[in-house]
Amino acid sequence: MSIASLWRTKQQRYSLQGEICPDCHKAIFPPRDVCPHCSEAAGPLHTMSGRGEVYSYTKMFNVPDGFLAQRPYTMALVKLEEGPMVTAQLTDISDEDVEIGMPVEMVTRKLREEGDSGEIVYGYKFRPVFAAAD
Amino acid sequence: MRNVSIVGIGQIPVGEHWDLSVRHIAYHAIAEALEEAGTDQVDALFVGNMLSGGLLSQEHLATLVADFCGLRNVEAAKIESACASGASALRVGHMAVASGMHDVVVVCGVEKMTDTTGESTTAGLATAADAEYEAAHGVTFVGLNALIMQRYMYEFDVPIDAFAGFSINAHRNGVKNANAMFQKPISLEAYLNAPMIATPINMMDSSPVCDGAAAVVLVASEQAGAYVTGHHPGAVQILASASANDTIALHDRKDPLFLEAAYVSSQKAYMQSGVTPADIGFFELHDAFTIMSALSLEATGYSRRGEGWHLAADDAIGPEGKIPISTLGGLKSRGHPVGATGMYQIVEAVQQLRGEAGEGQIGNASVGMTQNIGGSGATIVTHILGG
Repeated sequence: MSIASLWRTKQQRYSLQGEICPDCHKAIFPPRDVCPHCSEAAGPLHTMSGRGEVYSYTKMFNVPDGFLAQRPYTMALVKLEEGPMVTAQLTDISDEDVEIGMPVEMVTRKLREEGDSGEIVYGYKFRPVFAAAD
Repeated sequence: MRNVSIVGIGQIPVGEHWDLSVRHIAYHAIAEALEEAGTDQVDALFVGNMLSGGLLSQEHLATLVADFCGLRNVEAAKIESACASGASALRVGHMAVASGMHDVVVVCGVEKMTDTTGESTTAGLATAADAEYEAAHGVTFVGLNALIMQRYMYEFDVPIDAFAGFSINAHRNGVKNANAMFQKPISLEAYLNAPMIATPINMMDSSPVCDGAAAVVLVASEQAGAYVTGHHPGAVQILASASANDTIALHDRKDPLFLEAAYVSSQKAYMQSGVTPADIGFFELHDAFTIMSALSLEATGYSRRGEGWHLAADDAIGPEGKIPISTLGGLKSRGHPVGATGMYQIVEAVQQLRGEAGEGQIGNASVGMTQNIGGSGATIVTHILGG
């Protein structure tokens, strides 16, 4: 992704900023011009809570350029409590902890370092929701 | 609208062609197809390709290929829709001839994937996903398919070895195809012991990175007789050509476990051709990963939801089965040179329908279906061919 693209999508990557459709009231992430549920004009902006659950997951051993240092890592489809699903890495986990339905919460982490220019890309990952200590 | 027929086919064996450039492998397929059709009078060349820009720094590909083939003063354009580029190019050729805009069209699917490192190719393939919201997070195409497969196994209570039959069938059939990348059978043990790429997908669930090119010559069916002379093996008619799309990102699907675009494009194809799934003698589906075989069979009417894998377990997909698939090796064994794959499926279907598939010949081959998938199910193109 280019610097311009990273700048343009920062509110999505840093804070899961999406939308609530004014017509059908469903949540949308990332923001769109047309609501994918009712095809009316989408908006206004709405920041997701960051809470959700694991819909599916995979531990990846073959990874693309830019992610080699993190290999292997676990990707997940996370169903946000507002409704939208997102693709993201899981973090702060060990292999045996991951299961479908597991509650997770968003955290901000380093995603990758960009090629030769070396800028660090931050964005959302998800970690298990731990019960508060007594 | 005119009916459209295929009067020439050509292909280069799928593999790692270190000694050949993209132009050479495309020429090989196109020259073979034109020679069979017995003509060099061509109105247009449509090239299906996904990654020439990303991996080879070569766009303007169709004109490069036309130039190298000696095709001058023709229309030449590249058609791209990820791994469905091949069949998408055939659809453009089909529309051009059916409409009467052109009389003789060459369609070639070509891909050169082995000039770059594995990581670069993997990153290139990931460009078929949503760059800002999927690939940016490090997911690959194997990863997306693994997310589907993991959920499928969870939701339908499917055992880990349920998908082995798809790979075993593909390799068993690839043995009979001289153009296949892998021409040896695999055992259940080999499948179960294969290294993981992205859990639960292992090496034997996955199609290989490779180079390839396959081409056809299209003419109006009413004019096909002029080409079918002497030892020509006969024209094959395109009975249906249909395409449908879905959300580009897997995470935006209404149901990530159902290939809605396969359902819609196959229903359109059944309507156009007037055939039903029961009439189809063989089905060249898009077995880039074993889970895709199960989902394609479910979406095209051969199985109920969550039960596509039963067809592999029962060997209903074998050459003698209810619905033979991957009859000359499929993506798994013949290979998956992404933008060329849709055209290999077409060329192999023509071989079957002419009775020229050698040891891989299917008995009941008067109608065949092909299905080419782009992305994680975002573009799906279905063709039905008949003798």
